[in-house]
Amino acid sequence: MTAVLAFYLFAGILLTAGTMVILSKNPVHSVLWLIVAFFNASGLFILLGAEFLAMLLLIVYVGAVAVLFLFVVMMLDIDFAELRAGFMRHLPVGLAVAAIILTEMLLAVGVWQPGAGVAIYGAVGAPPVGMSNTQWIGSLLYTRYLFVFQSAGLVLLTSMIGAIVLTHRQRVGTKRQNIGAQVARTPASAVHAEKPKVGEGVAL
Amino acid sequence: MTFTGHFQGWFGAGWGWFAANLILVLAIVLPVMLGVAMAVYADRKIWAAMQMRRGPNVVGPFGLLQTFADAAKLFLKETIIPSGASRGVFLLAPMISFVLALAIWAVMPFDAGVVLADLNVGLLYIFAISSLGVYGIIMSGWASNSKYPFLGGLRSAAQMVSYEVSMGFILVSVMLYAQSFNLSDIVMAQKGNVLGILNGNIFNPLLFPMGIMFFITALAETNRPPFDLPEADSELVAGYQIEYSSMSFALFFLGEYANVLFMCALIPVLFLGGWLPPFDWWPLYYIPGFVWMLAKMAFMFFVFAWVKATVPRYRYDQLMRLGWKVFLPLSLFWVVVVSGWLMFFTDKFA
Repeated sequence: MTAVLAFYLFAGILLTAGTMVILSKNPVHSVLWLIVAFFNASGLFILLGAEFLAMLLLIVYVGAVAVLFLFVVMMLDIDFAELRAGFMRHLPVGLAVAAIILTEMLLAVGVWQPGAGVAIYGAVGAPPVGMSNTQWIGSLLYTRYLFVFQSAGLVLLTSMIGAIVLTHRQRVGTKRQNIGAQVARTPASAVHAEKPKVGEGVAL
Repeated sequence: MTFTGHFQGWFGAGWGWFAANLILVLAIVLPVMLGVAMAVYADRKIWAAMQMRRGPNVVGPFGLLQTFADAAKLFLKETIIPSGASRGVFLLAPMISFVLALAIWAVMPFDAGVVLADLNVGLLYIFAISSLGVYGIIMSGWASNSKYPFLGGLRSAAQMVSYEVSMGFILVSVMLYAQSFNLSDIVMAQKGNVLGILNGNIFNPLLFPMGIMFFITALAETNRPPFDLPEADSELVAGYQIEYSSMSFALFFLGEYANVLFMCALIPVLFLGGWLPPFDWWPLYYIPGFVWMLAKMAFMFFVFAWVKATVPRYRYDQLMRLGWKVFLPLSLFWVVVVSGWLMFFTDKFA
């Protein structure tokens, strides 16, 4: 009973927030609604008994990805009048894209048979007795799904290196702080006392 | 019969559970709020002592009621919302800060079995909630529609995201050592940690560097000096808090100190052996675990205040350098060291 109520609460807020993401006029509000949607999705994971995935969703998407979204969107200088002016002009293209995606989704759902993939590859059973589902996910990821897991990691690494290569530039003439050199300085190497004669300067 | 069981006997399963948990939540939240009030007072007193001043000493005996006087003053002031502000987000931001700062206490074990939610994934819950904490600051910075708050919000977003990465690796190494995400299990794994005498990961050479790094990361995560760049008074006046007045400011303030206090409780749980006495020697177990926990929290808070009084604020590029170029590689390397040690010299992964 409580679980059913909680499900409808989370699912209802999730759908509302998802709708508000596209309906909000202000992009920052859109990102904030997206965060509400993520949060409720993790609530749904908890209802499924997948507490590890729920926490990961919060940590990775809400805690890191959405913060960076918000970071970028906040700094955009958006002219709302200009944004709305193009609405009618872009509407046909938008509708066409939406129609194509809807058709493809309908086709995909039409041919989808639940459990077909499982029949080919063999289903993964419930975790063995005395093992939490967190440990079970870990042991499966590093045995049965090792190749998929590691290649996903490689793809992410490649994109990370790509982003760094694209944005990195060598600036010349900037003065950098060398903390090691600063810490290594001692009075002996930094200070010396002299007593110059009158009329003579000090050679530095 | 359990505490919840009693209430379920009186009110039925659903309402009994609700009433019991409401009381348990209040039993955590009210002492935490009182602790926050005392922490603000202690902070000011320690700070004053280190600068050879007296600190608050007028309201109540030894100035103990100073925080309550300040709270009453804030409560009676007018809430001002700037005309250019985004109203909804502006008002939501302090509430988010405050609610998250309280919600994180749900998994904190104060003694053996004395914990509201004994989650399997307690450590991940803490990590998730603390990574949400940045939203209160970033939202207030944006919604104020003003320059200094915006800069403060941007600074804090970058700072907290950077330090979360190395904090995650530190938590991973503690978790690997304890073989569990559960905070009570993590505390029990520290019993007789070193030579069977000392309780606490901090005494273990394998985890000692992690303990020091976690303390510094905790300072950065809670925006305490020397990492208080989001509100750096001399540059940004008060950063994201500038446009807030009255209770909306008080919520930020309380949330900040509740977070500091939480870190002062989390460091003992992860590294100082939680409710266990420092030495695994039987007479020490006659002192209740709760007392050990409070004593360790008080000690950690003193160290936090000590750092605040003595260390100058970091420059922003130095802060980023420390986070990304020092802590991240070091903590990543140490995760490899810890897991290698556990793999080859213990039977934990056998």
